[in-house]
Amino acid sequence: MNLLHIENLSIDLKTRSEPLSIVDRFSIRMGEGEALGIVGESGSGKSMLAMAIMGILSPKMTMKADYLSLDGEDLMKMEENDRQHYISSKASIIFQDPKSSLNPCFSIGSQLDETLSTHGIHTRSERKEKILSLLDSVGIYQPEKIISLFPHQLSGGMNQRVAIAIALACKPRLLIADEPTTALDVSIQSQILDLILELNKRDNVGIMLITHDFALLSENTDKIGVIYSGHMMEHAATKNILEDARHPYTRSLLNSVPQLGKRHTKGSRLYALDGQIPAIDKLPVGCRLGPRCPKAEKQCVNPPILHSIANHGKVRCHLADLKEQSSSKKNNHSVSGG
Amino acid sequence: MFYSISKQGINFLASFFVLTLFTFALANFFPEKLAFLYANQIDQSLMANHGTNYDLVEPNLFNSYLFYLQQLFDGNLGISSVRGTSVFSEFFTYFPATLELSIVALLFAIFLGVPLGILAARHKNQWQDKSVVSSTLIGYSMPIFWWAMLLVLFFSLWLGVSPVASRIGFEYDISPVTGFMLVDTLLSDQPYSLEAFKSALHHIVLPSVVLGTVPLAIITRSTRSSMISILNEDYIISAKARGLSPVTVLWKHALRNAALPLLTIIGLQVSTLITGSLITESIFAWPGAGKWLLEAVYRRDFPVIHGAILAIASFVILTHFILDLLMTYLDPKLRRKK
Amino acid sequence: MNSQSQFYLHTRIPSTFYLWWSHFKKNKLALVALVVFVLFALTAIFANIIAPHDPTAQFTEFVHLPPSWYDAGQTQFVFGTDYIGRDLFSRLVLGARLSLSLALVVVLLSSSIGIFLGVITSFSNFWLDALIMRIMDFILAIPSLILAVVIVAVIGPGLPNAIYAVALVLIPHFVLTTRTAIRQEKNKEYVTAMILDGASLPRLFFTTILPNILPPIVIQLTFAFSTAILEIATLGFLGLGAQPPFPEWGTILSESYNNFMFASWTVTIPGLAIFFTLLSINLVGDGLRDAMEIEKK
Repeated sequence: MNLLHIENLSIDLKTRSEPLSIVDRFSIRMGEGEALGIVGESGSGKSMLAMAIMGILSPKMTMKADYLSLDGEDLMKMEENDRQHYISSKASIIFQDPKSSLNPCFSIGSQLDETLSTHGIHTRSERKEKILSLLDSVGIYQPEKIISLFPHQLSGGMNQRVAIAIALACKPRLLIADEPTTALDVSIQSQILDLILELNKRDNVGIMLITHDFALLSENTDKIGVIYSGHMMEHAATKNILEDARHPYTRSLLNSVPQLGKRHTKGSRLYALDGQIPAIDKLPVGCRLGPRCPKAEKQCVNPPILHSIANHGKVRCHLADLKEQSSSKKNNHSVSGG
Repeated sequence: MFYSISKQGINFLASFFVLTLFTFALANFFPEKLAFLYANQIDQSLMANHGTNYDLVEPNLFNSYLFYLQQLFDGNLGISSVRGTSVFSEFFTYFPATLELSIVALLFAIFLGVPLGILAARHKNQWQDKSVVSSTLIGYSMPIFWWAMLLVLFFSLWLGVSPVASRIGFEYDISPVTGFMLVDTLLSDQPYSLEAFKSALHHIVLPSVVLGTVPLAIITRSTRSSMISILNEDYIISAKARGLSPVTVLWKHALRNAALPLLTIIGLQVSTLITGSLITESIFAWPGAGKWLLEAVYRRDFPVIHGAILAIASFVILTHFILDLLMTYLDPKLRRKK
Repeated sequence: MNSQSQFYLHTRIPSTFYLWWSHFKKNKLALVALVVFVLFALTAIFANIIAPHDPTAQFTEFVHLPPSWYDAGQTQFVFGTDYIGRDLFSRLVLGARLSLSLALVVVLLSSSIGIFLGVITSFSNFWLDALIMRIMDFILAIPSLILAVVIVAVIGPGLPNAIYAVALVLIPHFVLTTRTAIRQEKNKEYVTAMILDGASLPRLFFTTILPNILPPIVIQLTFAFSTAILEIATLGFLGLGAQPPFPEWGTILSESYNNFMFASWTVTIPGLAIFFTLLSINLVGDGLRDAMEIEKK
C-alpha cells in the first residue's frame, strides 16, 4: 500500500482575472517508510505542494486532485474538519525557519502539551512524561530545563529540534521537511538532517525532504522528484538520477552542484542554466523549460508528458528516450551552455 | 526585566518633571498670577529673610519653582477664582465622571473593535473586510461633535429612546461614594437603587458611543492589520498543520500575539478619549473634567485651567507608565531576559 | 544557444512617482476621493466666484429657510438659511476656503519645524536627541485638544492663536516620523557606501536618505492635513477658534447647535462638508500608503 498517492494534483492561485497555475497535474506515489527528495528552484511550487498535502494552503489558493490518499484514506472524500484532523494525525511538517514556526508567546512545553492533548493524550502527567521523552528523542539534553523556555531563548538548531519534536508528537507516518536546514548554521545542518533520517530508519516514518540543494539528497534519499515551474520533470530512484539523469533540467541541476576535493579542478567554472524560472503568469508554450533548455528542439513547443522509461523512472521530456545521445553527452559535461 | 522597569520608571519621572516645568511656565504666563504660588512665599521666605524690604529681592525663578513643586506635592492647586473652592477637591468630584464615561467608551470600542478586526482579517479582501474597512474610515473621519449632534437628533429627538443630557434621571438622588454613577446607584440603599442604575445605564449609552467611535475605528484597523500579518506567520500555519482547531488557532495563538501591539494602541487611546470627552461632555452636559476645564476656559478661571491640565496630563502619563509595565510583564521577550 | 541573454529589453525605467501614481490609480475609491478633494480645493480657490451671496449678509425676511429641495425652500438659497437669515451655501463655500487654507498653513508650519527637528535629532548627539525627544514625548502625552485649549486659554481665543496651537500639537508627529524613518535608513549599507564615498552630510541627507524616507512623510502630511481641519473646526465649535460671524465650519456648527431641533439642515449640511473633506483626505492618504507599500515590496 502506498503511504502517499497523488493523482493529478493541481494548485491554482486565485486572481481577479483567471487563476494562475502553480502546480499542474502533479502525480506521485510514495511507499511506506520511503525517503523521497523533492528538488527544485525557489518558485517551482515545491513548498505549495507540501502545503497542499498538509491541507494548509492559504485561502488564496485552490487545489483539486483526481485522487489524494494518505495512509490508505482518500482525503478528497473527507469532510473538511475530519480531513484536517486526519492529516495531522498521519503527517507532520517542519518549516525552513525554526524561529518563526514556533509561536513566540508560548513556552516550548505548552506548545508540545497542546499538540499532545489534541492528539488524544488527556492526562496531564502522561503528557508531561511524553513531552520529556519526545524532547529526549530529538537529542535535547536535559529536556526538563527546556520546557519552560520560550522560542527566542533557544538557538536556531534547538528550535528546529523542538519543531521536530512537536511534529513527532502526532506520531506521523509521513514527515514533510520543507528546507529544514536552510536557515541553520552549516555545523548544525548535518545534525538536523541525521536526526530526520534516523526517524526514517528507526520508526519507518516516510520522509519527504524538500530542498533546492541536490547535495543534501544524494546520500539520504531513496527516490528523487525534480520539479520545475509546477511540473514534475523527472522522478526516479536516487541512484538512477545521480548516475544517469534523463532530463536536461536534472542534469543542469546536478552540474551546478559545487564539487569538493579531487573532483574539483581549480579554475573550472560552475555550470548555471541561463535565464530564470518563468513567472506563473507568463508560462512558455510547450515544455516549461523550453526557453532555457540547452537541448530544446522544434518538438519542444508541444507539451511533453510524464512517461515511464524502462529501468529508470518517469521523465517529462521528448528527448528522454534518446538514451545513447544523452548519456554520452552527460559524461562529457557538454550540456554546459557557455 | 529590572533594567526595563527602571528605564520606564525614569521615563515616567522625566515626563512628570517636564510637565511640572511646563505648568509652572504656564502659571507664569497667565494674565493673572496664580495667588497660591506667591502668597505663601512672600509671607514666609521673603518676610523671614529680608524683613519687610521686598524691593531687595527679585523672586528667584529656581526658588519659586521649588516652592511650586512643594505646593503640588502637598496637593495645593490653589482656589477656583470663580467659585472659591479648592481646585484639588474639585478635580476629584469631576474626574470620576470622565473616567466612567471613558472606561465604558473604551470597553465598547474594544469589545466591538477586536472581533470586527479579526473578522476583517479572516476575510481579507472579501465583502466583510471591505465593509469593516470602509466603516472604520467613516468613523475615523467623523467630526465627533457633529456625530454627537446627529445621534442626539436621531435617537433622542426623533425616536425619543435616549435621554439628551446628564448622567442620571433627575428624579433619583444618589449620594456619591466612588464617583462612578453606575457603581454608586448599586451601592445606594435607596429603594429605587435598581431603577436608578438602569437610568444611569440609559444615560451613558449615547455619550459612550460618541466617545468610543474614534477609538473603535482605530482599534478595529490595528487589530485587522496585525491579525493579517500574524495569520500569515509560519507558527499559525504549523499550528493548523498540527491539527489544532481553527478556534484555538485564531483565539489563542493568533490573538495572543496580536495582544501586545494592540495594548500599545489601546494605551494611545487614553489621549483620544480625554480629547473626545471635552467635546462629548459639553454636548451631553456630562459633569466631568472636560466640561469643567472648558467652563474654566470660558470664565478665565486660571487656577482651574492650571490644575486641570496638570491633573489630566499626570493621569495620562501615569496610565502610559502602568501600561508600559504591563507590556513588560506580558511580553515573554522582555519578561524572561536573563 | 546563448543568444537570448545578450539582448537587453530597452524599456524605460519609470520614476518612483510614476510608479506610486500607477499603483494609486488602480484603487478606484482613492481615485474618487482624490476627485472629491480636488473639487473641494477648487471650491476653496474660487470661493468668491461660486458663493452667490455675501456670507455675512442677513436676509431678515428669510430666517431659517429650509434647503431648496424642500417645499418651503427657494432656489436662491440652495442649502437654506440660518437663524439670522444668512445663506448657508455661501457660508460653507467660504468656509471651505477658510478651513483648507488654514489647515495648509498649519501643516506647512508644523511640518517644516517638525521635519527640521526630526533631522536634527537623528544626526545629533545623545543629549540633544534625548532633550528634543523628551519634549516631544511630553507634547504627545498631553491630549492634543487639551493642549490646544490651554494654549488658546492663555493667549486668548481667535483664529491665529488656534493655528499656533494646532500646529504645535502636530509637530511631534513629524519629528517622530522623520526620526524613525531616518534611523531605519541610516544604518543600511547603501548609506554606509555613500559615507565611504565621502559624501558630505547635506548631500547624504538630501540625495541619499531623503528620497527613501519620503513615503512615511507624505503619509504623515495627509494625516496632519485632515487632523488640522478637524482640530480647527473643533476649536471653532468650542468657541475658541474662529469667532462668529466668521464662516468657519466649526463655528457655523456651533452657531446652529442651539437651533438644530427645528432647523436640522443647519447642522447636517455643514457637518457633511467637514465629513466629506476629512473622508476624502483620509482615503487619499490610505491609497497613497497602499501604493507606496506595494512599491516598497
